[in-house]
Amino acid sequence: MNIGIAPLRQAADTLLSARNLKVHFSVRHSNNKATLRAVDGVNLDIREGEMLGLVGESGCGKSTLGKTLVGLVRATAGSIVFKGTDVAGQSAGAWRRLRRSLQYVYQDAGASLDPRWIVGRSLEEPLVIHANLPPAERKRQVQETLRAVGLRDEHALLYPHELSGGQQRRIGLARVLTLRPRLVVLDEPTSGLDVSVQATILMQLRELRTTYNLAMLFISHDLSVVRMMCDRVAVMYLGRIVEEAPTEELFKRPSHPYTRALLAAVPRPGERHVVDAPSLDGEPPDPSASYDGCRFRSRCPVAGSDCQAEPDLLEVTAHHRVACHRRPVHA
Amino acid sequence: MTTALLEVENLSVRYPTARGPAEVLDAVSLAVGAGEVVGLVGESGCGKSTLARAVLGILGQGQASGAIRFKGEDLLTMAPGRVRREIRGRAITFVPQDPFGSLHPLFRVGRQIANLLAWKAPSTKPPSPLAELLAPLHRASRTTRRAAHDASLEALRDVQIPNPAQVLDKLPGELSGGQRQRVTIAMAILPRPQLILADEPTTALDVTIQAQVLRLLQRLVRDRGLSLLFTTHDLGVASEICDRIVVMYAGQDVEVAPTRAFFATPRHPYTAKLLRSLPGEDKTELRGIPGAIPSLVRPPGGCRFHPRCERSTARCAIERPPPRVVGAGHVVRCHHALDTSA
Repeated sequence: MNIGIAPLRQAADTLLSARNLKVHFSVRHSNNKATLRAVDGVNLDIREGEMLGLVGESGCGKSTLGKTLVGLVRATAGSIVFKGTDVAGQSAGAWRRLRRSLQYVYQDAGASLDPRWIVGRSLEEPLVIHANLPPAERKRQVQETLRAVGLRDEHALLYPHELSGGQQRRIGLARVLTLRPRLVVLDEPTSGLDVSVQATILMQLRELRTTYNLAMLFISHDLSVVRMMCDRVAVMYLGRIVEEAPTEELFKRPSHPYTRALLAAVPRPGERHVVDAPSLDGEPPDPSASYDGCRFRSRCPVAGSDCQAEPDLLEVTAHHRVACHRRPVHA
Repeated sequence: MTTALLEVENLSVRYPTARGPAEVLDAVSLAVGAGEVVGLVGESGCGKSTLARAVLGILGQGQASGAIRFKGEDLLTMAPGRVRREIRGRAITFVPQDPFGSLHPLFRVGRQIANLLAWKAPSTKPPSPLAELLAPLHRASRTTRRAAHDASLEALRDVQIPNPAQVLDKLPGELSGGQRQRVTIAMAILPRPQLILADEPTTALDVTIQAQVLRLLQRLVRDRGLSLLFTTHDLGVASEICDRIVVMYAGQDVEVAPTRAFFATPRHPYTAKLLRSLPGEDKTELRGIPGAIPSLVRPPGGCRFHPRCERSTARCAIERPPPRVVGAGHVVRCHHALDTSA
């Protein structure tokens, strides 16, 4: 296995860890073939029962990474170790068994439900596939999960279009929870919801995490939500993790120039700081172009000639890792 | 306070539906002064987009009553031909939420801007309706084309698009979301309007790009003395760019306040609850708002928020609270408004 840097320390309670994970897609631009490096050498650990935030702008590869970790997208290279075995290269059949433990909640919960099925049937389906249970027991588990996500038994009899946006998200959650997974990847679980509804969903997620002792990978572009919800945060830019730290540490001492720019661009209610401060120019470059060196250097305010070499994700303080040649050095 | 450029007074809008008329706006009043940025905030279905459409006169099936005065003249009673020639797309322009849906996918950006110029250029005389209809097919003379090209280039420079000459030759699909939004903003300022209605113009953008667009909008407002009615559900964005904020709930205006007072001392229970449901730096718990937004077909009487409000009394269900001034530029419509000390 070719790891660019020294193997990372792996905590004893690590549930899943990705090493040098790559996901490349072939794309075609008019007649030129190109390789889109959606995920390009990611090292990431998720601990038992942890809520890990994954943030970054559109196209940075955060959804692809999330899908790859739970086997919905096949890794091009690298390893994903779950419960001591490398599952990255496993067969479809093996993944099918694993999927019980590793679940993904899609961003658009409404569209991921079958419009012709009452939601009770959609909720029961994972149990039909993955668990050998008598129908009465399946129904009981569906009811239990419905209540756990804050809905009532009669919601099982409704069609997806009869539910509000917030209720659809709850159903999306309930559907993966019936299997009692170990890790759930939540892709933008509250985007598009009104803030008052978002608030109730977020509080519900916290409760579910304790009830089921779930590890969650919380993919979001909303940094204020991530700050409130997550224990640790990883920041992604163009297929790489550029910074990773416990939440408060990251927000108080962002060390990668991209993280700093990202945090500075978030408007905060009651404040006026974004329009007055200078911020990042330009846009994220095309992920299907090829890169050498630090991918952020085209937009980076502190880039220099050393940035033509790819920076590794290195510790600046305990648990705080940054991939930047200009990272602060602590003696 | 300056004299209002736009004054909306008791504007009600109904849409026919299969289940009866939906009362999408219920006697909404607001004003936008010259050079002022007013934020229109509220959750889905509160009527903020309908209000913008009513001002532009593009309600379709909707029936509007009340008054929308622009520089003192009521747009609702103005002859449709005059609205089309002088107001919509000229004195008042629009920046949509989804810049992709509002640009033609098969025409190059330069062509689309040139077409707009042919219709809505600030100095030309109005084209006939037939010419307007045929405009997309029309091939202008070389000099007109050259002038249009130069003006388009200038417009793109105004919105700080990198490589404007190249962008003119591109299809909308070849541009990023941020660039597309800059193109629609360029098109909105091109007719030299006095008022721009921006409907969630940054919602589809990433935060760093959103920051760029917000800065651009603010600069345009300052440099050109434009007024901006800015619709958003993001209170952080409203906080960045607005001078005043109007809160709507289920088709009613419930509170208007200068931005600082809005966040510091919200007086309407709905506003307070909205602010409480926002994630913030020092918050560990969030409280949502129990209940759901009411149907606008046979909505609750009186204050439409009363079924979800713990301060409501019998009076709230019968009588819509009148506007009450509670501070400089701060007006609340609630029988039981919160104390500032609370």
